[in-house]
Amino acid sequence: MRFSFFHLMPYGVVDLDAIEHTAWINFSNSNYDPKEGHKLYNRYLDELEYADELGFDGICVNEHHQTAYGIMPQPSVLAGALSRRTKNAKICVLGRALPLTENPLSIAEEYAMIDNVTGGRLIAGFVRGIGCEYHSYMVNPSSSLAKFHEAHELIMQAWTQPGPTSFEGKYYRFQYVNMWPRPYQEPHPPVWIPSQGSSETKDWASHPDRKYTMLMTFSPIANVVRNMNAYSDKCDEYGYKCQPDQLGWALPLYVAETDEKAINEARPHIENFFNKFVLAPTEYRMPPGYSSINSYKMIMENKMKFREQYLTIEMLMENGMFICGSPSTVAERLEGYQEQMGYGNLVIMGQFATLDHEHTKKSMQMFAEEVMPRLRHIGEPNAAAAE
Amino acid sequence: MAGHKAETINVNGCATEVRRGGSGAPLLFLHGAGGISAWAPYLDALAKRYDVIAPSHPGFGGSDDPEWLDNISDMAFFYLDFMEEFGLEDVHLLGNSLGGWIASEIAVRSTDRIKTLTLVSAAGVNVVGVPMGDIFLWSNEEAARQMFFNQEMAEQRIAAAEGMTDEQKDVQLKNYFTTGKLSWNPRFHNPGLVKWLHRIKVPTMLLWGENDNIFPPVYGEAYRDAIPGSELWIIPECGHLPHQEKLDEFLAGVDANTSKN
Repeated sequence: MRFSFFHLMPYGVVDLDAIEHTAWINFSNSNYDPKEGHKLYNRYLDELEYADELGFDGICVNEHHQTAYGIMPQPSVLAGALSRRTKNAKICVLGRALPLTENPLSIAEEYAMIDNVTGGRLIAGFVRGIGCEYHSYMVNPSSSLAKFHEAHELIMQAWTQPGPTSFEGKYYRFQYVNMWPRPYQEPHPPVWIPSQGSSETKDWASHPDRKYTMLMTFSPIANVVRNMNAYSDKCDEYGYKCQPDQLGWALPLYVAETDEKAINEARPHIENFFNKFVLAPTEYRMPPGYSSINSYKMIMENKMKFREQYLTIEMLMENGMFICGSPSTVAERLEGYQEQMGYGNLVIMGQFATLDHEHTKKSMQMFAEEVMPRLRHIGEPNAAAAE
Repeated sequence: MAGHKAETINVNGCATEVRRGGSGAPLLFLHGAGGISAWAPYLDALAKRYDVIAPSHPGFGGSDDPEWLDNISDMAFFYLDFMEEFGLEDVHLLGNSLGGWIASEIAVRSTDRIKTLTLVSAAGVNVVGVPMGDIFLWSNEEAARQMFFNQEMAEQRIAAAEGMTDEQKDVQLKNYFTTGKLSWNPRFHNPGLVKWLHRIKVPTMLLWGENDNIFPPVYGEAYRDAIPGSELWIIPECGHLPHQEKLDEFLAGVDANTSKN
């Protein structure tokens, strides 16, 4: 099993009462104080660096715009900072949102630079970005999926084909694709696809030409199980055995000395996360064309209904969107789920919403020292099955 | 109620739902983002004076959602084909909101088949410093309230939505998706359009609700200033849908324009 530590970098000092309608898009940045921001960025970078010291295999950043939910609109800036301050952990950008940029080659360049500076420690995440970003960036959501695929194709061409080459797409056209630097890793950095589990994503990521790691993010456990199993089934259909490394699970997680203590310490912060920082009306999350009409209807039916109610820590633990407890409770749950799903990557978000530095560090340390060793041996590549 | 028929015809491979009724000079009615779900009272009223042809745009209602449809320019050329296909000549072209944008994009390309142009609360232009209402952040209820000056009509609209069939909801979603595709960015306008509006030389009427929260009346002024000889009527106590909220004033405006040519 590989363990990564993921940070959203929330604006945790936000006035929670100010978040009435949403924390996204048009939640005024007069609620943001740069002096606090300065402290938070440095604190959060310390936490990511601490994860490296503790022996996490990866440290992860990601991209969101115009929100108190996460203040990393340009994650590669922070990935760059981490490149020099850490020595061992993979640096995972999960991810850059390909359709949001006019020029996907800029993402290929950022990633290749990080990969060169670190000598091959980059994990390249590609996402479309959630619906809210399409309001913030005014990018037409109806071409999001097509642009994602075209941008991916362009980046792979830039990374793997000796330049100059040319690229003629519907959305992107380049006479000279000839990127300096080329990525350090051959043929290119490993690719992770954070996903909520659409069938199109599974079919695409698991394709034998790609075998990209599908990282299930912030989903109820029933969804996670169903989607990971469906990914594995798809690999079977393609004629190969899914490797543990191809499956990842990302979720908020908190460890303390006892179950009771863990729940007490995490409660206000995880409830703030799911009830305040995530808060955005349907129209904010689901701009027209971001998904197919059928997916739109399904998401409205399932997810939105669930999120209409106040989510308590008990509800979140019950449906597996949050794991919390003593080291042995957490280890047992993760082990049980791993047996069901076969994942080889676990990505924990060890800081969420308003959780303070001391508790974040304590939980991280307990996880690294008391949970990770118990799970190390599971979810490793199966040499025989790889044949 | 005047007689009308609904049929699906093929325009260059695109199955197009068309409602048609009434008699008189041909009037091509181009609907707004909400589409046309029935032979509405305003169509019926127009049909007493005109041969009303009311298609569902490609990507809307019962029409195909063709692969080639990327933007409003595609839509404008489609309707030039459509008028040829129907053999329409001397057409009174009328468009509301999104349909008004399409109508003006048609007219800058060619007015060969167009006798008069009536734009009702039309999208298509932008007025810097006067933001449009952001329909894409509004819930259905909020949108209904923003759409009307008369809030009783808004509440009726909201109540009616509760009784929608699944099929009607699907059409509503389809219309919403296509509207997003056509008008996300630049939002509900084409920055280049205003440069060419002077090419419209047929009598042009701009009908605007005084209380339009989506395209405030200064948007009508922008059209008036760009189309030579055009006339702007501002309808008091009226929101974004004059043909629904102020039917008499709407009809008077249409007639005033069509009688010029």
